[in-house]
Amino acid sequence: MSLLLTHTKYRFLETIRVPIAVVGNTFFPSASMLFFVVPFAGDDPLVATLATGSMMTFSVMSTALFTHGLGVADDRAQPWDPYTRTLPAGPWPRFGSNILNGLIMTLLGILPVLVIAATLTEATVTPAQLLLGLGALLVASIPFTLIGLFVGYLLPAKAAIAVVQLVLLPMAVGGGLLMSPTDPPAFIAAVAPFLPTRGGAELVWAAVGGPAPRALPLAMLAVWTVVAGALAVWAYRRDEGRRFS
Amino acid sequence: METLARAIEVTRRYGSVTALDGVSLDIRRGELVGLLGPNGAGKSTLINLFAGLRRPHSGRVELFGGSPADPVRRRDIGVTPQETGLPSTLRVREVVDFVTAHYPRGAARGELLERFGLTGMERRQIGGLSGGQKRRLAVALAFAGNPRLVFLDEPTTGLDVEARRALWDAVRDFHAGGGTVVLTSHYLEEVEALAERVVVVDRGRVLADDTVAAVRDIAGMRHVTLTAGELPDLPGVVRAERDGSRVLLLTADADALVRALVRADVPFTGLEIRPTSLEEAFLTITAHEPQAA
Repeated sequence: MSLLLTHTKYRFLETIRVPIAVVGNTFFPSASMLFFVVPFAGDDPLVATLATGSMMTFSVMSTALFTHGLGVADDRAQPWDPYTRTLPAGPWPRFGSNILNGLIMTLLGILPVLVIAATLTEATVTPAQLLLGLGALLVASIPFTLIGLFVGYLLPAKAAIAVVQLVLLPMAVGGGLLMSPTDPPAFIAAVAPFLPTRGGAELVWAAVGGPAPRALPLAMLAVWTVVAGALAVWAYRRDEGRRFS
Repeated sequence: METLARAIEVTRRYGSVTALDGVSLDIRRGELVGLLGPNGAGKSTLINLFAGLRRPHSGRVELFGGSPADPVRRRDIGVTPQETGLPSTLRVREVVDFVTAHYPRGAARGELLERFGLTGMERRQIGGLSGGQKRRLAVALAFAGNPRLVFLDEPTTGLDVEARRALWDAVRDFHAGGGTVVLTSHYLEEVEALAERVVVVDRGRVLADDTVAAVRDIAGMRHVTLTAGELPDLPGVVRAERDGSRVLLLTADADALVRALVRADVPFTGLEIRPTSLEEAFLTITAHEPQAA
């Protein structure tokens, strides 16, 4: 346990000492919030609250994909990674610290969105809704964490960053995060339920007072989570086999 | 004598390349072993097997009587990271504390840094260190857990002469205090200066495993130097070089060479005979084709 915290501490220090990485992590959701949500949904509490939920889901996806996709690919390229395996610790502190660091980065990513929503829009939640919403965000981040790990263990860093970007935007737009939750364009309405984004977003919306989640997006969220989990395990084992067997 | 690490008939391949081919090696307590061999000989693979990073395809590797893959067995070893891989955003103090936290009896940070000439650098970011400072920090990390056995892979590559000697002193002090050292080096001078036992590895096989002096003698080569004009054909000369009026001859039998010189009645002065360096012995042992005599 103390080794897990030690690993997390230094991994976090490494991350935040590259400030542009932290800025990059928070910029897009905050900017989208300022450009799309504040001017258009600022007055209606429910619309503003749901749009904030969308942006937070976007932020969580982005952090999960980048922290794990790019982070793991980058780690694998550094000779420091095999060195830490010669230290007397099992694989769990390393792996666990990656997940914990991802959670910390997720929190850092959604904080500015939360602040903008609270100060510049009419969005409002009860403390219970906020907690429920954070829990829903956690669930929404799982498939993207797993996709990130899959990409990170499969590809070199330069390819991973491209793939992560290619995954992020279509998933966010296709899932309807940048549109009205209740009245999306026909194309989005058709594809969204099949993307992992939608199930997560509907959970978040429901948590903060929106409509109840539908069965199809939730089922698809589960399918994506299981498939991405299997792919991540496969890529991890493949990488282990190549570098450490 | 207690055996700390052991490879038994170990074979390891990477794809179609055989990195180690039936290697057996015992590392006993208190030894200072130099692994010597050209690039790609299998030295680093052997260290990776002992450190638990890789597994053999056949044969067995033991560390303190168990498997190197078991973290508990690795509590008493120390390994050098490649200095290019140290996390550049962390401070010297932080990376030392991170490594030390893994060991039950870690070294005191200040004392460790002092041993490797890094006193006062605690707060420096690693990315801002010079190459030599990074190298010294990397070697220091191998000692952070107060290990009984350290594996130093090319410990002084890229260091200037002064820094190299300081690092040698640190390794000697560790050894004098009962520590066991396995080091690989490109610098034969380094192996000659530090090691008591030399293991010559080439193409995945152990070609020689003996004391430094004995390995020198395996080749049995002598340098014969003299000042002379044109020389007749002489027996047993492996290599001949001329530097102005000085002639350098490399031979396995210096006595026979000198007798032949005298018999041939060529005028010469300033005859010197000296043993070859480890480097020459090493070149002789790893020569892939027998030298024409």
